[in-house]
Amino acid sequence: MNFNFKHEWIETNIGLMAVLTMLAISVGGLVEIAPLFFIDKTIEKVEGVRPYTPLEQRGRDIYQREGCYLCHSQMIRPFRDEKLRYGHYSLAAESQYDHPFQWGSKRTGPDLARVGGKYSNEWHVQHLVAPRSMVPESVMPNYPWLQSTLLDISDTTNRMKALRKVGVPYSLSQPEYDANVTQFGETVARQLHIPDAQENLVEQANFGNYDGDPSGISEMDALVAYLQVLGTMVDFSKYTDDAFVEFR
Amino acid sequence: MSEQKLQSQTVQTTGHAWDGDLQEYNNPLPVWWVYTFYATVVFALVYWTIYPSWPFGKGWIGGVSNITYVNSEGETRTHSWNTRALLMTDMNQAAVAQKPYFDKVAAMPYEQIAQDPDMSGFIISAGKSLFAENCAACHQAGGQGVIGFFPNLTDDDWLYGGSYEKIHETLLGGRRGYMPAFSEVLNGEQIDQLANYVASLSGIGHDADKATAGDVLFHSETAACFYCHTSDATGRQDMGAPNLTDNIWLWADVPAASTAEGKVAAIRGVISGGLNKGVMPAWSGRLTPEQIKVLTVYVHELGGGQ
Repeated sequence: MNFNFKHEWIETNIGLMAVLTMLAISVGGLVEIAPLFFIDKTIEKVEGVRPYTPLEQRGRDIYQREGCYLCHSQMIRPFRDEKLRYGHYSLAAESQYDHPFQWGSKRTGPDLARVGGKYSNEWHVQHLVAPRSMVPESVMPNYPWLQSTLLDISDTTNRMKALRKVGVPYSLSQPEYDANVTQFGETVARQLHIPDAQENLVEQANFGNYDGDPSGISEMDALVAYLQVLGTMVDFSKYTDDAFVEFR
Repeated sequence: MSEQKLQSQTVQTTGHAWDGDLQEYNNPLPVWWVYTFYATVVFALVYWTIYPSWPFGKGWIGGVSNITYVNSEGETRTHSWNTRALLMTDMNQAAVAQKPYFDKVAAMPYEQIAQDPDMSGFIISAGKSLFAENCAACHQAGGQGVIGFFPNLTDDDWLYGGSYEKIHETLLGGRRGYMPAFSEVLNGEQIDQLANYVASLSGIGHDADKATAGDVLFHSETAACFYCHTSDATGRQDMGAPNLTDNIWLWADVPAASTAEGKVAAIRGVISGGLNKGVMPAWSGRLTPEQIKVLTVYVHELGGGQ
């Protein structure tokens, strides 16, 4: 009857029961998540993955704001049908600077992990404004305001500072900048320097003219810049087709 | 009440009482449930042995199940079971089944592929799914295009050339269309004259006097249209400059306009604003050389191939 005694003891001490309940349900999480921080091969060692430029990052913010992830995943699984349709399976390394990641779990629309470079900017603009003018059977909503709303760039540096706090290597100081030059090269490092963020954003938007309207930087500019970089950072022609098998 | 009495006699309670007489039944689990639970425990032990499971140090225990595959370098490798290794074998099996066809595609000249009845069946089925996934978003499911955006691939009017070689070149490297905005160098009257001239070339209702003036302007150094569109306005495929004499429209939405004035206005809009669009992405790198060759033949066979 020792067991019965303990049973009663826990049931009649709500504080103890809460602690023990929490411990019990933590086990599942700890066993599944904690090892990922210690296993060497969680994130593949691969060249080319970099944090987003200020413009791309703002596009990503809009992607989240509009809830694109509710219908579009960014996770190509290692299955034959997905490889044939979308391309190389997604690597953990490719979303290492995403906070939060956009893997998603719902595909009402197609996966977007490698949509970068697949269509022209012009197609994206037209498709976002009026999806059915490009894809008659589409059920995607229209997003016409992206084209007519100017991008609010005033808080770009603050947004990057926040991401820096969660581990994205955007630089604030000269030593951090130098470290980025070593890791990513000078062209990329410049884009990652927070003090120059607004300037870089304007320059990339004006040069790229993603929305086809050179008169101002719209939210469309940012979103299309983001879509066009998705999945393009790793040059898979540099790797054998089984280069990433050993990481799982 | 007798039922309640029966229950209190046969069902165990947890043994403790609240408020004097409040007791809790302790119903034992059904036997089948308990044994199912034990079975899942045994299943887990077996699973852990076969497949990768427990983290261990900086790696994990791979399990006894292995997958052997051949990689793109032709090396045979064995790796403990995972979905990425499994994909290698899946892709290889499919590649083996499709290899005879893709090898033939790679080896045969375009004309021969198109004429070989066995191969054209493959081109239609493989090309159709490749086209649907990669090309139809712009050029539409049947290749009919969208006026104002993406060219029709089923007619015999080609911006960059409709031969197998040219279609192949377009697919590999992509294209980018460009026409300067003539509002920067010409006044409204001149642009109107040019638009009337271009309309006259396709037999669309126009103002004859304006068209005559436009003809002069078209061939002058002021507007210099003939540099790209040639002096007989049939276009230059090496520059992607369209033929203006065939009444086939891509950039100016002439067919949608119901009146002659509307049609001329559509042409005027293009001359005035110019074009910095008509971007076709490059497909080398995204698709394999064999897939691009399949698409080349597929697009050629859509109806307009030259």
